[in-house]
Amino acid sequence: MQKMAEHKGCGTSGGSGKASCGTGAGENDMPTEIWEKVKNHPCYSEEAHHHYARMHVAVAPACNIQCNYCNRKYDCANESRPGVVSEKLSPEQAAKKVLAVASAIPQMTVLGIAGPGDPLANPGKTFKTFELISEAAPDIKLCLSTNGLSLPDHVETIKKFNVDHVTITINMTDPDIGAEIYPWVFWKHKRVTGKEAAKILTDRQLQGLEMLTANGILCKVNSVMIPGINDDHLVTVNREVKSRGAFLHNIMPLISSPEHGTVFGLNGQRGPSAQELKALQDSCEGEMNMMRHCRQCRADAVGLLGEDRSAEFTTDKIMEMEVNYDLSSRQAYQEKVEEERQAKVAARNAELETLAGENADLKILVAVATKGSGRINEHFGHADEFQIYELSSNGAKFVGHRRVDLYCQGGYGEEEALETVIRAINDCTAVFVAKIGHCPKEDLAKAGIEAVDQYAYEFIEQSAISYFKDYLAKIRSGEITHVTRGDATIRQGAFVSVDA
Amino acid sequence: MTYKIVASQCTSCSACEAECPNVAISEKNGTFVINPKKCTECIGYFDIPQCVAVCPVDDTCVIDNSLPRYQPSA
Repeated sequence: MQKMAEHKGCGTSGGSGKASCGTGAGENDMPTEIWEKVKNHPCYSEEAHHHYARMHVAVAPACNIQCNYCNRKYDCANESRPGVVSEKLSPEQAAKKVLAVASAIPQMTVLGIAGPGDPLANPGKTFKTFELISEAAPDIKLCLSTNGLSLPDHVETIKKFNVDHVTITINMTDPDIGAEIYPWVFWKHKRVTGKEAAKILTDRQLQGLEMLTANGILCKVNSVMIPGINDDHLVTVNREVKSRGAFLHNIMPLISSPEHGTVFGLNGQRGPSAQELKALQDSCEGEMNMMRHCRQCRADAVGLLGEDRSAEFTTDKIMEMEVNYDLSSRQAYQEKVEEERQAKVAARNAELETLAGENADLKILVAVATKGSGRINEHFGHADEFQIYELSSNGAKFVGHRRVDLYCQGGYGEEEALETVIRAINDCTAVFVAKIGHCPKEDLAKAGIEAVDQYAYEFIEQSAISYFKDYLAKIRSGEITHVTRGDATIRQGAFVSVDA
Repeated sequence: MTYKIVASQCTSCSACEAECPNVAISEKNGTFVINPKKCTECIGYFDIPQCVAVCPVDDTCVIDNSLPRYQPSA
């Protein structure tokens, strides 16, 4: 069994220079060997995702289970959700694509296979792809994401291809709950339904997880939070997967817009609100590291999390590209990235020291417009998502992100766009931007959100801590009164109903 | 009779291709088709037709009534 990351939860270690918790977890929060594996992985380390990119190749179209939250049939260019792809690739096309992308995006460090079906329901295509890539680009880390049904049968092959990260989607350990999420599984040449199907699935998932961690392969668990079905139960799931050696738990909100055509979308099953999701993640946090920066990417996503570049790398374009895979220039670029990253940590730690001795009970959330590198470097009007930080006397802790782009943008004027942004960050006291116009600034102020552009192009955490100090000082001097903010909406699509 | 795939329903996921014991299923112009000469309705292999069992979309792999029933040779 691998050593598990000890975690005491948040808010207990202010001033020590720790990078708070969750996937903000820095090297002090986890055993060295795990940190070494995850530190450059954008999906596993919140800090890394500002600096490093990943890509998914869609070589695995077939699936062996049906999930009520999944529909792989529709693809819209603006859509980012698991299972959606624009084109499926052969292993050979996928290998060429990886080399083309790795040459164009030197900070691309991770290649994942995540569907659109299940990679292990397509073992031939999945492992052929890994084989080709490990030969051509040995520095790229391989990972895969699976529903776990076939996992125990493939652990040996996963080891053989040196896959060091596996994600298993586990939404339940109770077959009664599973029967509401999975209509069927394809098992031993039969379609099995109901509780029996869910029992098979959970047994296989947990067995696969145990086998992987026993072999020293890093495992993350994904769970979809489905209000009224598995929301309370996920605390149990969290405990079960931790006890089997999973090192990170990613609880994601259900995506269920009717236009996606999923069973849940069509029968009106709602997704969680921002505060419901955060409350569940917080309640699991004492148990293990929680991931909060997941973008629920497309199965053919390319680039930094939150900045999809898949459209630049269609099969037509790749086949025309001259690929010159140069390992040394990639390494040189990545060294520069590390320097920037160290500077960010140093700035954060220095600012954190000035917070020592501040002993306020209050916590506030702030939203940040950023396009990467851990800096406040995006204009308010250009941001298609905001990163959310919780500020307290312990520092700045990343707690999530809110997307504000619309799947289909037709018919929306600027006024509606601003309202969408306000709904998405309604629980925040301030929004940090590189630049903002006068009008939106006033409208935000009316909604009780302060637009802050004084930290333009500075590091996020350093600026946030500085802002929090000023905020406390202003409360003390009576200049402002602290107001508790309301809930916010997780954007589901164009037709989401608004209730705060 | 053999099974056939309703093209308008097929999502081209390829789940059926790997499961067919007769290698009767292949991709043709972006969708999957069953070769009626090879289909045995999985008789002699499995209790239920594998394409039907594994297809994620209901009523996509269906009986083709225009063809005679498959007769397993003795």
